Amino acid sequence: MSLKPPITHNDQQTGNPDASFVLVEYGDYQCEHCGHAYPLIKRLLKEKGKDLLFVFRNFPLQESHPAAYPAALAAEAAGRQGKFWPMHDMIYEHQDNLHGNSFMQFAEALKLDIERFREDVESDALGLKIDADFESGVRSGVNGTPTFFINGELLAYDGTYASLLAALQPV
Amino acid sequence: MADTILAKGAQAPDFELSCTPDQRLRLHDLKGKRVILAFYPADWSPVCSDQMALYNESRKLFQQHNAEVIGISVDSKWCHLAFEQDRHLHFPLLADFEPKGAISRLYGVYNEQEGQSKRALFVIDEEGLIRWSYLSPDGINPGADGILEALEEMDNVHEEK
Repeated sequence: MSLKPPITHNDQQTGNPDASFVLVEYGDYQCEHCGHAYPLIKRLLKEKGKDLLFVFRNFPLQESHPAAYPAALAAEAAGRQGKFWPMHDMIYEHQDNLHGNSFMQFAEALKLDIERFREDVESDALGLKIDADFESGVRSGVNGTPTFFINGELLAYDGTYASLLAALQPV
Repeated sequence: MADTILAKGAQAPDFELSCTPDQRLRLHDLKGKRVILAFYPADWSPVCSDQMALYNESRKLFQQHNAEVIGISVDSKWCHLAFEQDRHLHFPLLADFEPKGAISRLYGVYNEQEGQSKRALFVIDEEGLIRWSYLSPDGINPGADGILEALEEMDNVHEEK
């Protein structure tokens, strides 16, 4: 299985753009396995960030996780104001307690322009981006979350930090 | 009865099975539409649950290719109903329940040892012809990429005609 389509500037990314390792996660904000992976990725970026670019693509399972899609919209809307990653982090750090008002509260805590945030959340463009992320995941063979790709190829992640670290070994 | 999974080019055997406690679904009634038949071992099992959740979310992508997904296992109609309601599934699950596994056998995807369907996918065209089939190991969720590729290939052939 390989990543389709490859990464573009439209993807949410953090780390070193010139890194030799590019790690892509297909994730769902309300999936507990993704919540488990979240601190592992933070640690990986801290320890290996010099040679790592991390990309997050949305794969919300809306019927199983009712807050997953609104969360994805909130993160992408925050991204319009340069705060994708702070919103992403805040959502995962409050994953156990997400409710209808959570995202507006997070937006306020991040000092976003609330009017603009509200407009962006409701815009078709962000919904289309999330749908496109989901479709790219299906095409790449994602069958659940989180699914990781390292340099375009499926990564055998088993829930441990070691399995992520192993992917960053020079070939 | 087929010993091995029915392959591309074969006519999809017709059947009629319960899809809810008071409704039945006949494959031939879906002529004019493409059908994705997803045989799976059991409601509630972790891999099957993930697979059905994925197809649930992928329905929009399938519908862009005039295709509807249908799940089939040997679970009863009442078991399917509870599973559908619990997981918010919005596509039919058929009960290959009596005689047990008869339709799975017709398609060559019955596991005699376990007494359940194997994990297998069929993409059937508007005329009822199998255009793609795939047998996945029981423990592995085959995803939906193969289905989408098969549907796209069918679109391309259509355009060339």
